[in-house]
Amino acid sequence: MTRRRRIAAIVGGVAVVGAIAWGVSRGLERFVRPRPAQTSPAATAAAPTAHITATLYYASQNGDSLVAVRREVPLAEGIVAQGRQIVAAQLEPAPTPYASVIPTGTSLRAFYVTERGEAFVDLSGQISSGHPGGSLTELLTVYALVNTVTANLPAVQRVQILVEGKEVDTIAGHVDVRRPLQTDLSLVVESQ
Amino acid sequence: MRSLRGTAASSFALLVLLLAALLQAQGTPPPTPLTLISREGRRPVPTTLQSGQELIALDDVAALFQVAVREDTLTGGMTLTYRGRTIILSADQPMASVNGRVVTLPSPMVRSGRRWLVPVELLPRALGPIYDQRIDLRRPSRLLIVGEVRVPRVTARIDAPGPPTRATIEIAPPVPVSSTVENGRVSLRIDADGLDVGLPANGSGLIEQIRPGDQANSVVVVLAPSAGTARAAVNTADPAVTRVAVEVGAPAAPPPDVAAPPRPAAPSSEGTPPVVARAGVQTIVIDPGHGGEEVGARGPAGTEEKQLTLDVARRLRGLVETRLGLHVVLTREDDKAVPLDQRTATANNNKADLFISLHANAALSPRVAGAEVYHLRLGREEEQVRREAEAGALTLPVLGGGTRTIDVVRWDLAQARHVEASATFASLLGGALKERVPTGPRGVQQAPLRVLEGADMPAALVEMAYLTNPDQEKLAGSEDFKNSIAQALYDAIVRFRGGGAGAAEQAP
Repeated sequence: MTRRRRIAAIVGGVAVVGAIAWGVSRGLERFVRPRPAQTSPAATAAAPTAHITATLYYASQNGDSLVAVRREVPLAEGIVAQGRQIVAAQLEPAPTPYASVIPTGTSLRAFYVTERGEAFVDLSGQISSGHPGGSLTELLTVYALVNTVTANLPAVQRVQILVEGKEVDTIAGHVDVRRPLQTDLSLVVESQ
Repeated sequence: MRSLRGTAASSFALLVLLLAALLQAQGTPPPTPLTLISREGRRPVPTTLQSGQELIALDDVAALFQVAVREDTLTGGMTLTYRGRTIILSADQPMASVNGRVVTLPSPMVRSGRRWLVPVELLPRALGPIYDQRIDLRRPSRLLIVGEVRVPRVTARIDAPGPPTRATIEIAPPVPVSSTVENGRVSLRIDADGLDVGLPANGSGLIEQIRPGDQANSVVVVLAPSAGTARAAVNTADPAVTRVAVEVGAPAAPPPDVAAPPRPAAPSSEGTPPVVARAGVQTIVIDPGHGGEEVGARGPAGTEEKQLTLDVARRLRGLVETRLGLHVVLTREDDKAVPLDQRTATANNNKADLFISLHANAALSPRVAGAEVYHLRLGREEEQVRREAEAGALTLPVLGGGTRTIDVVRWDLAQARHVEASATFASLLGGALKERVPTGPRGVQQAPLRVLEGADMPAALVEMAYLTNPDQEKLAGSEDFKNSIAQALYDAIVRFRGGGAGAAEQAP
């Protein structure tokens, strides 16, 4: 008798637990399901299908000049959004065999364009703290950023680099970045 | 006897006073006569000075400008008539009625004996409006210009006392200019009817004076007895002004040699404050880059840029002080961080004649090697400042007469004035480095470098070696390399003082 009861209790318990588990899983499913359903349209819009081909600048193989490299950058609506995409792509590691002239870890804090055709590229502090120094490399860093923005956004004539939201004298102690700078292709060589 | 002598003395003094009073009433001729320039040529205009006012006799005005002068006995005034147009002067009013319009004059007309004298300003102010030709009175240059004659304004300034001493003579509006270099002077012949010259200008360095020449259309640059070769280059690129750049080098010196004994002949700045007569390069400011927490570039073996720059700066100071006897200032004496503006300010406050910033380079590839020299490249804003500075030099009157020209340049862009001299210095540095240490393929280049922008003297930045290159890092640690770099920089300084021989001249 007691044995049968015990079995019945176990079976009943299992059934109750199973029912609860089923209920919870259904409920969770119902709770979770709408989210992918909602995000999917946005995901398709940002899906890596629409691109522009942008000119980005990296250190040449021998390290003493810039080379212009054509790369795919996500298409974005408007000059500011497109500018953000381009600078973000420039901050990514360089394609082989080139090297990035922007210290690893540098991130884009803000990007905006004034009516006078001046773009402001606000970068995180790593651009300075992670910089190896030297006039040459600092020139490469500064003009990779300036040239990238002006080459791909025709409305921008000059570019000012900000660090952590502030105007700075230099990035690593040499090149004057207190004012918006114009394109300088003197450091650019034909890609080898 | 004593009283008799006293009486004689006092009566003599009285006589002198009387004579002086008489002269005062008569007026004295001005130190430089006024010169009338017209199509017909030049002629002196007789004027007199009376209580600070320059006056001209009305009968001279009548003769020079074909004006009929009639005394109005009724009112006691004078009437001047030119082709039916009239000027009426009253005896006691500092004004004239010109065809019914009243113009003011600095003083009323005065009678001197049987003549009437009027202020010379009558000519441009009263006669000018009714005259057929332009009448232009240029008092500082003592010229009275009548009609359409070419009388360009000529100004001169010393850009660098040097040596080489550099001066610029500007002629505006532009006219053809030819130059000849003779013994001890550079003569400029300017194709004009006359010159409105803001000269003589005091010289500096190897130029003694810049003054009007013997001809009406010539200007002479008088060289110091110790001057070496002189050159003049006429630049007509600017549509607004013709510029003549004059460069005077020191006498040919024996080529600099490492083994050469110290030169006692070099002018010593010891004991002479830097403000007096900066003949040539007397003060050099050396800027050891980075310092303190700001380490700068770092080599794989740990060599720090800040250490190398200070080390070489000290060696260079030793060479320059002992061999040339010049005053040398370092922007930092020890391992501490110094803001870039403060480094430039050290150079400006010490009235340095040269500024050298020392650095060591870094590259992403360990293969990049060799010394490089940088001088300032002007941005759009700086170019603007440079043009404005050239066009907008202020000429201010100076106590005691004369004028003084003051350049207006923003302090933080002072280098704009020295770009050409800096380019010369940079190319000398590049050449000297090539003789003693490995140099990079880029050699001498221009960049918008912050530390050079505010320097109010020829300035350059030297990247001595690439610390990111293991071989270069090892080299940079050697005594031999540090001495060679210092010696090369010293050579460039000597060559720059000596006139920049072999350097590129007159960058357009």
